[in-house]
Amino acid sequence: MIFFDKVIKKYTDRSVGLNGVTLSIEPNEFVSIVGHSGAGKTTLLKMLLAEDNPTSGKVFFESVDIHALKSKDITKLRRRIGIVFQDFRLLPDKTAYENIAFAMEVAGRPDTEIAADVPHILDLVDLNKKAWNFPHELSGGERQRVAIARAIINQPDLLMADEPTGNLDPSNTYEIVQILKRINDLGTTVILTTHNKGVIDSLGKRVVTMEKGKIIRDDSRGKYVL
Amino acid sequence: MIFQNIRRILRWGAIGFMRNGTVSFSSVLVMTIALLMIGSTMLMSTFLHATLDSVEDKIDINVYFSVDAVEEDMTELQRNLEYLATVESVTYVSKEEALVEFKARHENDELTIQALKELDENPLRARLNIKAFSPEQYDSIAAIFNEGSATLQEYDTGFIDKVNYRDNRLVIDRMTNIIDGVEKGGVVITFALILISVLITFNTIRLAIYISKEEIGVMRLVGAGKHYIRGPFIIEGVIYGVVSAIITVVLFYPITLTIKKHTEELFGGIDLFKYYVSNFMEIFLIILVSGIALGAVSSFLAVRKYLKK
Repeated sequence: MIFFDKVIKKYTDRSVGLNGVTLSIEPNEFVSIVGHSGAGKTTLLKMLLAEDNPTSGKVFFESVDIHALKSKDITKLRRRIGIVFQDFRLLPDKTAYENIAFAMEVAGRPDTEIAADVPHILDLVDLNKKAWNFPHELSGGERQRVAIARAIINQPDLLMADEPTGNLDPSNTYEIVQILKRINDLGTTVILTTHNKGVIDSLGKRVVTMEKGKIIRDDSRGKYVL
Repeated sequence: MIFQNIRRILRWGAIGFMRNGTVSFSSVLVMTIALLMIGSTMLMSTFLHATLDSVEDKIDINVYFSVDAVEEDMTELQRNLEYLATVESVTYVSKEEALVEFKARHENDELTIQALKELDENPLRARLNIKAFSPEQYDSIAAIFNEGSATLQEYDTGFIDKVNYRDNRLVIDRMTNIIDGVEKGGVVITFALILISVLITFNTIRLAIYISKEEIGVMRLVGAGKHYIRGPFIIEGVIYGVVSAIITVVLFYPITLTIKKHTEELFGGIDLFKYYVSNFMEIFLIILVSGIALGAVSSFLAVRKYLKK
């Protein structure tokens, strides 16, 4: 489904984000990417979203070269990928409900569908009581659940979570990981980057370890080893 | 799909305007000032043109005849003058008419009326009022009445008592110069002010959108198309323009009324308030279109910067 082909990303000659990464991810996989800060985890995700272009190498999403796409097609591709960030990145002027509805609106879904799906997904992440609260009125865990709801509302083929638990306490972390697992069980490919040893060890799924822009380990049932 | 998007863009624009109260307020405030500048320039130039016209209209040459001039001679001179290509009109004012005018002008002045009654005969002189087609033609017309000119030689010496042109001319020249200067200087100053206020408006809107810089990035990552992101910001800019235009035209009521009160005695020419009220729709449209264009273009340019990726 996803294939990184000898991807190199150099910011300057000295600052290298990715140094020859070749990686393939199958549909329905749950892949965790671990590594120290600056190992290249986030850069890898950015390549996949076409937020940034590689210096050399190619990234394929279902055999389509992402970086050869036009701006319009990149927009369409992004609608098939759900993303969750460490810092949530909700739209501050929109309520929890509107943040989730926005993702459906941009995909061109009709109002009737939005009115039916959003309450349902809010229920799923246990936030229907906070539907009309703005992000600044929600706790960190609640915000991250809104972000996840937004990421999965369009039933994406791929969910990318970039250190989603980085700003959360252990109980919220556990909850978020459970939600990600459930999403994966329902058939969505999940890529998770994290620092959290506990999260990785409890998952028992594939672990890719990165260091200095390179993949140094790839274990199909991995533990956190650094 | 398109209508659905347009409806959503309009709705988000309106919601954005309401939710960002402080930002909207300051944008509207700044834009109102810009629109006041544009409106004032329009009103000012109309006002100055009208004043200049009415002052120019007041220029004429008054030829006063001697008390015992014969009426036929005077009307003959009137006819001769009317033949001139430069002369627009020549009005003959007889002694009697001059007396009626004089009485009317001094009707509240008992003493003068009393003094007039004491006199046995009408002390006023008959005259010709000559109007030229354009102000610069008066010099050549006035030259006819210079001593020893060909026209005058046909009449008795002393037939013409006084030509009242030089005196008026001086005052009128000075007025024309002042108005001209004010207009030229005014145009430069108001254009500078308009430019400054437009730039300030643009910057205010740019700052308002700068705050949303990260939001725009998130929208992109969620898969929003460029139009869908840009749309609500442009609608917000348009709303700034509409609200500011309404505030501006409302403010012009007391402004023109005050100007009218202070200037109506100065120049009889134009009532700015009346002009404003009777041309309201036209002025409102110009201000409204300026406001909408200013808001929409500012928003468009400001968002474009963050949409490049």
